[in-house]
Amino acid sequence: MSKLLDKTASRTAGSAVEPHGWTKGVLLANGWLVYAFFYAPILLLVIFSFSDSRNVGVWGGFTLDWYEGFVDSRQTQAALWNSVKIATVSTVVSVVLGTMSALALERFKFRGKQVFDALLYLPIIIPDVTMAVMMLLFFAEFFDVLNAVFGTELRKGFSSIALSHIAFSISFVSVVVRARLAGMSSHLEEAALDLYATRWQAFRFVTFPQILPGILGGALLAMTISLDDVVITQFVTGPGWTTLPVYVFGLIRRGVTPLINAVSVVMLMASMTLVALSLLVERVRNVGTNQRRGF
Amino acid sequence: MTAVKLPSDAEAAVATPEFEAAAIRQESRRGFLLAMPSYAYLVLFFAVPLVIVVVYSFATRNRFGGTDLSGWNLASYARLSEPIVRDILFRSLWLALLTTLICLVIAYPFAYYLATRTPVVRNLMLVFVMIPFWTNFLVRNYAWRVILGNDGPFTDVTEAIGLGERELLFSKTAVVLGLVYSFLPFMILPLYAAIERIDKRLLEASRDLYASGWQSFRKVLLPLSMPGVIAGSILVFVPSLGAYVTPDILGGSKTTLLGSYIVTQFLTARNWPFGAALSFVLMAVMLTTTVVYFRKGGRTL
Repeated sequence: MSKLLDKTASRTAGSAVEPHGWTKGVLLANGWLVYAFFYAPILLLVIFSFSDSRNVGVWGGFTLDWYEGFVDSRQTQAALWNSVKIATVSTVVSVVLGTMSALALERFKFRGKQVFDALLYLPIIIPDVTMAVMMLLFFAEFFDVLNAVFGTELRKGFSSIALSHIAFSISFVSVVVRARLAGMSSHLEEAALDLYATRWQAFRFVTFPQILPGILGGALLAMTISLDDVVITQFVTGPGWTTLPVYVFGLIRRGVTPLINAVSVVMLMASMTLVALSLLVERVRNVGTNQRRGF
Repeated sequence: MTAVKLPSDAEAAVATPEFEAAAIRQESRRGFLLAMPSYAYLVLFFAVPLVIVVVYSFATRNRFGGTDLSGWNLASYARLSEPIVRDILFRSLWLALLTTLICLVIAYPFAYYLATRTPVVRNLMLVFVMIPFWTNFLVRNYAWRVILGNDGPFTDVTEAIGLGERELLFSKTAVVLGLVYSFLPFMILPLYAAIERIDKRLLEASRDLYASGWQSFRKVLLPLSMPGVIAGSILVFVPSLGAYVTPDILGGSKTTLLGSYIVTQFLTARNWPFGAALSFVLMAVMLTTTVVYFRKGGRTL
């Protein structure tokens, strides 16, 4: 995605292909309609979360009751903390593993590289439901085996959810970091090595500062995906480990209540904040790139 | 002076084939060691689960709702031709196809418009496409539940324009609406990337050679943007086919789709082998479309 944004800066729009006449009108209208389509539902949801009415889609005056309900509800608070804990652990692990695999794929040749590349690509395109089924069957069959082999005490719950989230987050982190690595030449690292830096020093003082925006972007992405996931978590969760999206999904299936509006808006704000942060990181990254090119 | 060990001149100067081969081997080992942890992780927690699904799809459900892994058979796949299952499969295919087409029709002009803006406007427009793209999926679908629900904003609008109280929730239309809403950014982004990459002078040349606007679109723009059309279509079609959350929230019980049907097999019906077979079908569709895409010279975005 960052590639798309980077590239736009280099070219300008051609004037002769500039739409005119009724085509222009249609394109413009379509554009505004698309944005209205994207944002109107979100906006309405936010408005109705402040509505003093039992009916979720009816305006009945301003109130903060539903947010109080969210803060007071022990279940939502517990679910929120579960989500945060799982997202934190899966983000940290997948950032380390994802960055390592990005470096390996972008900077080295090794046996089995193509297979690894394909394997890394699959979790991104596989449908949620299929991944959920895979993890469910895996943990049903192999948790006992894993515990016996590694002497661990894994149970369905925190470990199964975190392990599943890491399994798909690695790929997303690695894609983002790779994009960053692909956009920068390896000359600086080579120069550092020529000047007798150890491999670790070259990474720590030359490569790492340069790919840091990519790593941060990947981390925010991994966190967003982990916090949003419903389907896979629902399949591998265990007693006491309901996450916020799974809890909300359960509530929706039982019937909509204004409390769900409020919880939804809280989740909405959380993911909006993460998006805003990653866009900010993207900006920093672009500035960095331009400076390096001598602008 | 001996603290820093420098490679001797002789060593560096003579780049014998053996020396080079050793260096390459060492690099290769470094790369492998770096990839190793993730490689092992993905084999254990992704490839092995994938194989287990395939194995389960050949197994048999026993009387207690458990699964007997001995005695492989194709019974689960044979069930795919049952009328109920076939209906669900065709309905899912149809709705996923419809979603893809609608997304294409909306996104193409949008992406073209986006690609012909000045860089500043373009980046701003892209940012506002990205925000819903990364916003909580469940919440975005839930928003439509609120809008389409009883006495919600949608019925207010239909009543105001004199259509009477229309009920859209729990219908196929609502599901397609939700799917389009969820996956439209997946269509816009690759289309934009493809159109932006096209040399705009080709379009100008076609117009100079007296092509009409339509001809220039049909013969120049569309063929050149085909990689984006295909990539976007796959990115919308595959998740629509496997959608579970959207049909569950907006479709209710009447419009069961493949995704929800698979979930039912695991969480309620407890027929794991059949559920595994259905998941495998979904996976096969995904893999086929992806392979076709890369064979056609597509590239990762």
